[in-house]
Amino acid sequence: MQKEEFTITVYTENHIGLLVRIATMFSRRKINIESLNTSPSEAEGIHRFTIVINEFEEVVRKLARQIEKQVEVLKAYYNTNDEIIWQELALYKVSTDEIAEKVKVERLLREHGARAVVIRKDYTIFETSGHREETDKLVEVLAPYGLIEFVRSARVAIIKASHGFHEKLREFEEAQPGEEQIENEFLDKQSEVFTM
Amino acid sequence: METLAVEQEPTITKKTQTISGSQAVLEAFVEEGVDTIFGYPGGAIMPIYDALYDYHDKLKHILVRHEQGGIHAGQGYARTSGKCGVVFATSGPGATNLVTGLADAMIDSTPLVCITGQVYAHLLGTDAFQEIDVINITTPVTKWNYQVTDATEIPAVLAKAFYIAKSGRPGPVLIDITKNAQLQQFDYEGYQPCTHIRSYRPKPIIRKEYVTAAAELINKAEKPFIIFGQGVILGKAEKEFKAFVEKTGIPAAWTILGLSALPTDHPLNVGMLGMHGNYGPNVLTNDCDVLIAVGMRFDDRVTGRLDKYAKQAKIIHLDIDPSEIDKNVKATVGVWGDCKETLPMLTKLVESKVYPQWVNRFREYQLEEEKEVIQEELNPSTDVLTMGEVIRNLNELTGGNAVIVTDVGQHQMVACRYAKFNQSKSNVTSGGLGTMGFALPAAIGAKFGAPERTVVAIIGDGGVQMTIQELGTVMQSEVNIKILILNNEFLGMVRQWQQLFHDKRYSFVDIASPDYVAVAKAYKIEGQKISQREYLRDALTTMLNHNGSYLLEVMVGKENNVFPMVPQGCSVSEIRLK
Repeated sequence: MQKEEFTITVYTENHIGLLVRIATMFSRRKINIESLNTSPSEAEGIHRFTIVINEFEEVVRKLARQIEKQVEVLKAYYNTNDEIIWQELALYKVSTDEIAEKVKVERLLREHGARAVVIRKDYTIFETSGHREETDKLVEVLAPYGLIEFVRSARVAIIKASHGFHEKLREFEEAQPGEEQIENEFLDKQSEVFTM
Repeated sequence: METLAVEQEPTITKKTQTISGSQAVLEAFVEEGVDTIFGYPGGAIMPIYDALYDYHDKLKHILVRHEQGGIHAGQGYARTSGKCGVVFATSGPGATNLVTGLADAMIDSTPLVCITGQVYAHLLGTDAFQEIDVINITTPVTKWNYQVTDATEIPAVLAKAFYIAKSGRPGPVLIDITKNAQLQQFDYEGYQPCTHIRSYRPKPIIRKEYVTAAAELINKAEKPFIIFGQGVILGKAEKEFKAFVEKTGIPAAWTILGLSALPTDHPLNVGMLGMHGNYGPNVLTNDCDVLIAVGMRFDDRVTGRLDKYAKQAKIIHLDIDPSEIDKNVKATVGVWGDCKETLPMLTKLVESKVYPQWVNRFREYQLEEEKEVIQEELNPSTDVLTMGEVIRNLNELTGGNAVIVTDVGQHQMVACRYAKFNQSKSNVTSGGLGTMGFALPAAIGAKFGAPERTVVAIIGDGGVQMTIQELGTVMQSEVNIKILILNNEFLGMVRQWQQLFHDKRYSFVDIASPDYVAVAKAYKIEGQKISQREYLRDALTTMLNHNGSYLLEVMVGKENNVFPMVPQGCSVSEIRLK
């Protein structure tokens, strides 16, 4: 078994201190967070954490359960890269003189799906979004012309198989939960249970 | 992120009245049925203490000598009463002194609501006097924590605190209240207990198919074995558990926190699991065909080496906390739910059986352990007193009806191995965290939690010196507890490890003791010290019959070891008798 990149999606209440509570789940186990994003979600008032780590599946599964156990967490999912659509946003600042003189800007923009956000006399800022390899490639291209600044955002991801959280949220709001709500990874091994 | 808006449904029946945040805290306590608070005042919690002055007829406050003592007392109270312990501390050092107790309560699933005072909201983050970021310090050691800066939040936040602390897998909750919120007057609309939080599901609906699968495994088993933990006690499921054990006829062994959930002399109670547990339960864990774990979490002190733990067995794991299932030991069938509900469902589906041959194997191991270890421990052939014989005499005098509170170390293992218990909630000890200094304050709380019962605190000469200041609390509160110090003039458990695994290099385990009897006397507590067998029985009788608290120091063998023992890193079946 090998460590793999996993994206953990956590639906939570919007509560001060929850970021620390979730972050300590990782730091306590000495797991490095590669990327962390918090944002609103499709459901009103519900926050969504997107966390990327490199770990063994078993570790991630246990971690997801520990996260889900926190009082203000509604649900935690984890997915491999195949199971999600994901993007990262990157910004590049380069000298306008350099770039105008030596690079065919138009080709550059087309090839890397980039667009110019700001063009000033002294500098130009490009923006791309995509997977890490894609945004990294533009860094390589721009490096020879003196990349003044570079920044990449945390990953945001959509789970391919997800139907969103609206339905689930309604169930969570009920005092008596429905079937969906009692779902739990270990309970979904039913076939294994009966073939033993 | 923004502040959480805590929803509170308005109550139409009650007229609003203007009260302070501090009064709202105490009103919540009264409504939640709190009768005892353990605490220590200070600058940032003074408004609450001021309000408490008017509540002295409804709420008893025990003034401790250190906040750690306060929270351990709260734990002791929770463990014997089955209710939620309540603790007060001030900001800064008062709050940081709670941390050990919070960690202890977290790992041992003890329901607590701790209130800490905090500096005025406008001073937060300014390094004000006695300001500390208590929320972030306590996040990893609380089930939930919250900082209140506005008094209007108090009723709903406290309702949530009690609900979270007590429901599901219980745990400690800390509420930090800024001084301005304590002082603030607001329109109080009455107290509404919390019954539902949408992001928190303490009790699942039980999936019957898993109960059925578990029952099938049990019915087909030839050598089934039950191991149970504190979940049985926390779930108040002692009756349901006993019914399950008796119908199935399956031998049952306990973890240290499961002790007293099933009477120790029950014919199917085969003893203690783990590092210093009994011979049979450890060896036969690796021989059973179905292992049924009830409300326990497969701690490393129970399992020994995991990759050699019960590999031959199908595992059924009943637990209320889904993150425990498959955490350390992979379950063949995980039954997620409150064992108060799952056990009766399972009992209904299992066949009534007996396993005379299988149970007999536990007896055979028991006989061997008796010959090799227990006989000499309980009835020593030398003049030197053993911890075991002190416990044996205590058993004979209390008839197994006392609450036994233990600290951490050799005496704890010996007491848990040999103490007799007839009823549940009788064993109070620091299990998961192993907090030395736990017993004396926990015993104070245990007595307030079960005032009609005899409470004996058994403590080593190391642990007692960690929280000995709580003798002041014993004196002032006039609580009646029996303090039994088993003094071997060593930090015994560490010495035992140094002897066995570090070539007898006794590095800083030689601990000197004060004259405990004189110390007790200074606190107006009667006591005596004995070192000879002929005085033991009388001394214990005097201690138990004394009207009020009493300290008895018993000098025991200096270099006695606790056996059996599963050495660290070994499998449970490699347990050593010597």
